[in-house]
Amino acid sequence: MDDREKLNRLRWRCTRRAMLEMDLLLGEFLERVYPTLDAAQADAFVTMADMEDLELWPLVNGQREPDDAVQAEVLALLRNVRVK
Amino acid sequence: MSKQSVAVRKFDAVIVGAGGSGLRAAIQLSEAGLKTAVLSKVFPTRSHTVAAQGGVSASLGNSEEDHWHWHMYDTVKGSDWLGDQDAIEYMCRKAPEVVVELEHFGMPFDRTDEGKIYQRPFGGHMSNFGEKPVRRACAAADRTGHAMLHALYQRNVRANTQFFVEWMALDLIRDESGQVLGVIALEMETGEVVAFHSKATVFATGGAGRIYYSSTNAFINTGDGLGMAARAGIALEDMEFWQFHPTGVAGAGVLITEGVRGEGGILRNSTNERFMERYAPNAKDLASRDVVSRAMVTEINEGRGCGPNKDFVLLDITHLDPATIMKRLPGIREISIQFAGIDPIKAPIPVVPTCHYQMGGVPTNYKGQVVGDDGAPVRGFYAAGEVACASVHGANRLGTNSLLDLLVFGKASGDTVIDDLRSGEIGLRDLPADFADRTLARLNRLNTQTGGASVNECRLELQRTMQKHCGVFRFKDMLVEGVAKIIEVEKAVAHTEIKDKSQVWNTARVEALELDNLVEVAKATMVSAEARKESRGAHVRDDAPDTPANPNGRDDANWHKHTLWHREGNRLSYKPVIMKPLSVETIALKTRSY
Repeated sequence: MDDREKLNRLRWRCTRRAMLEMDLLLGEFLERVYPTLDAAQADAFVTMADMEDLELWPLVNGQREPDDAVQAEVLALLRNVRVK
Repeated sequence: MSKQSVAVRKFDAVIVGAGGSGLRAAIQLSEAGLKTAVLSKVFPTRSHTVAAQGGVSASLGNSEEDHWHWHMYDTVKGSDWLGDQDAIEYMCRKAPEVVVELEHFGMPFDRTDEGKIYQRPFGGHMSNFGEKPVRRACAAADRTGHAMLHALYQRNVRANTQFFVEWMALDLIRDESGQVLGVIALEMETGEVVAFHSKATVFATGGAGRIYYSSTNAFINTGDGLGMAARAGIALEDMEFWQFHPTGVAGAGVLITEGVRGEGGILRNSTNERFMERYAPNAKDLASRDVVSRAMVTEINEGRGCGPNKDFVLLDITHLDPATIMKRLPGIREISIQFAGIDPIKAPIPVVPTCHYQMGGVPTNYKGQVVGDDGAPVRGFYAAGEVACASVHGANRLGTNSLLDLLVFGKASGDTVIDDLRSGEIGLRDLPADFADRTLARLNRLNTQTGGASVNECRLELQRTMQKHCGVFRFKDMLVEGVAKIIEVEKAVAHTEIKDKSQVWNTARVEALELDNLVEVAKATMVSAEARKESRGAHVRDDAPDTPANPNGRDDANWHKHTLWHREGNRLSYKPVIMKPLSVETIALKTRSY
């Protein structure tokens, strides 16, 4: 799978989710922040995008903290996303 | 792309959609030993059923006396008497059975101290035919839909249901007799187009809430089943009826709970006026959903909306103690910051009435069979859940009946497929030679289009047109204009252009194909709403006000009937509401008041 295909698959998984809130947040993150991530952070984001919404939502709104340090970095960026 | 390149796979049954109703139908079919395929745009547990938090209703009577007949009464009344009483009786009688079954599938319902399923009160749930509130909603904390999907999915894994994940169904296949023979679908990972040739086809594709600019629906709800049905010559029923929530974040659609007004939140217009004092002097901001929504739209229409486009009002909680906001409204502050860019402690939240649920859909009977204009089943075609119109929700859905609808009619459609196969009513018939032509022509058009319209711009125009001309409160002139505008949108949609022409993971193509479905739903909604010259349930018109002759603007003499929208010719016909239940007496027409 080439880079375009990988990015499109990730785009689909970010913007066709169970909850509108997550479509909006992950879609915005993908366009604005994802291109600035380093390789480890990008991998961590792909893993997070594969989580279910009700696993990811408590992490995004701060009810839970991730175990993984790189995920924590990405999450800090995700929490700062403003959909406007 | 030539016809020869369409591979054909054969199944006993193909189900499109893997949310609650699709998974429930699949359990019946797979457990009966049928070779069953389920197609889904996403992994099943990512379906929008997850967003249903409130619960599922059933007259189990675990906390206090309850009866399916009382539940039936509440549902008929909620529907403003537009629901079909045979289907409503069927659903309410079946509710305890399907909920207990779900418990046996492993659903982690909340429990009472004695270990029974815990039931909580919910708006509109009453005992003794509307007398007093009753506890009828069964829930798994605030994640009922999520827990339900997991329980149903696990059961399907056990039953060897075959899942086709990240596949989009494109069109129904029908033969010259009208019998449905399966669907043509696109695998996103390869771009391959495949015919799923089957004895039975079940649509469980969910709703189309994305036709509105402001919608609580996830992006996935693009009405794919409705678009496919309409293109295949199936009329869509009662598409003018959409449930709205008064306070979604303007632009984003994310829901702001009614609890915010309960805690003292105030709605204000551009002059900073607390306008609800004019519309509901006593209840003010705590008036019922429809009253608040109508007042908000009136303020916006009369030029007192806020923002550069004057298209929202403000929900103000800046006068509340920040400690109260943090304690009583957890999450609202984060939602406002993330989705409105506003800290509600410091500034009011921009809000608009927001689309939430589709009452209309593909016409079915209570057995889950899709029916034609004459009421006779379309052979080989079944539907359940939000895509279907049985009709149990009529002009307005009772809270918690959406999850119940999924379970009851998902199961019923599966059972009916089994019956129809056993009786020989349906079977595998040959595919017509031209079965893939229309779909391939559509794909080919997208691949070769130049100088066409952008998919994003067309979608946005469609959504803004629906929001402005056919929202929660409707005006004659706006609807007439809206019909003309949506036909203009349709012309642009017919010439959408995508820059990416590749096969593998071409999301631009998939989005263009979704838009083909959205535009069918938008036309059906606008045309049906313009024509219905009364107010009923969720369809409220300014020119059909509350009068002594027509309480709440409802006009039973002329409009107590179901709308059928036909894509061919963009025309309407009507059919009677089924007033005769299966075993009990008719619940006679009455003014709906709470």
